[in-house]
Amino acid sequence: MTHSHDHGHEDDHGSELSEAALRVRALETILTEKGYIDPAALDAIIDTYETKIGPRNGARVVAKAWADPAYKARLMTDATSAIAELGFSGRQGEHMRVVENTNELHNLVVCTLCSCYPWPVLGLPPVWYKSTPYRSRAVIDPRGVLKDFGFELPAKIKIRVWDSTAEMRYLVLPMRPEGTENLSEEALADLVTRDSMIGTGLPLKKGRAR
Amino acid sequence: MNGAQDLGGMMGFGPVIPEPEKPIFHAEWEKRALAITLACGALGQWPGDRGRYIRETLPPIEYLTSSYYEIWTKALLKLLLAETMITQEEWAAGHAIVPALLTKRPPLNAELVAPLLAAGTPYNRTPKALAAFKVGDRVRTITAHPTTHTRLPRYGRGKTGVIIEVHDVFVFPDSMAHGKGEDPQWCYGVQFDGREMWGPDSDPHLEIIIDLFEPYLTRVA
Repeated sequence: MTHSHDHGHEDDHGSELSEAALRVRALETILTEKGYIDPAALDAIIDTYETKIGPRNGARVVAKAWADPAYKARLMTDATSAIAELGFSGRQGEHMRVVENTNELHNLVVCTLCSCYPWPVLGLPPVWYKSTPYRSRAVIDPRGVLKDFGFELPAKIKIRVWDSTAEMRYLVLPMRPEGTENLSEEALADLVTRDSMIGTGLPLKKGRAR
Repeated sequence: MNGAQDLGGMMGFGPVIPEPEKPIFHAEWEKRALAITLACGALGQWPGDRGRYIRETLPPIEYLTSSYYEIWTKALLKLLLAETMITQEEWAAGHAIVPALLTKRPPLNAELVAPLLAAGTPYNRTPKALAAFKVGDRVRTITAHPTTHTRLPRYGRGKTGVIIEVHDVFVFPDSMAHGKGEDPQWCYGVQFDGREMWGPDSDPHLEIIIDLFEPYLTRVA
């Protein structure tokens, strides 16, 4: 969906979203007056997802899996526990599963029914992940979706689409870029993009870190 | 229910528009929408599955023309009114008029946010019966069109696939969404060939895995 930016300002892009902004403001006012919510708690939630929980968490998981075969083995057999070793757990990541890309297989994650997404490792989902184009097309034309991301998957590589319709949350383990044998875990993590952990992208090449 | 949320396989919505990792929010009100939704959920008056169901009951035209945080806040308002946590008079006035209800859990304060988010809500339960299926079993999904909440997407109904994972026993959203208790069920990863879903024109190297609860599945000999 596109919104006109002609008459928007920082808070609301166009009249449609003004209505949305007003609705939220009214809800916050009434709920706060009634004591159901505490504005300081709201601020803490927002701060958590803006500054603490995001795709850099997942990038650390991927980098460690690339660098440490024993960790990778634990990650592939019990992802929830292996991810918790790094301190990432909780809401929308209670039941984790990691799926590995290979030279023969590419994984892509979607939630066709809503917006299920592994929050502790990737944070809040991007707009496109929750959008109608992605949710409708990922299961029927996944290679076309990848092209929207500028990513042409060779026809002979099998594509496996995971529709997270229940309580499992999925993280893609992308293939380690070539020529990165001497990089530290920290440097490896810089190559791991959010999209590469959803399956709509690939890690960056060495020397092109974020 | 066969609502607008059930999007798998639909066409005509146009290209996916990629975006960078930041910013996470695209307007100030989106931040508040997220936080209010989570803070209200923490009061324990409804399970997450009921929240999802209420979002699905938005009329399709409204659902498809609302941004995701708009869908969340419209559904939240419906829930708060249905639970009489706020009244129609209060909504019309924009201010509190009657005292708050006693909620199942106390209002969230800032100190409790980090532990609450870190704990999450585990959905697995102790099995009361053996799993009906094992890895490698061929199964067919039921054909059903409930007017209630289901996590069996339309494009996956009446299709034959193979169990590739026996995940765990999870609370059953179809029951939870309607206040009928947890009714925990085995959940499986079921693999479908692209051609089973989409016919002979499908990408020949496509596999779709859908996580499905046992009541959605029947055995194929």
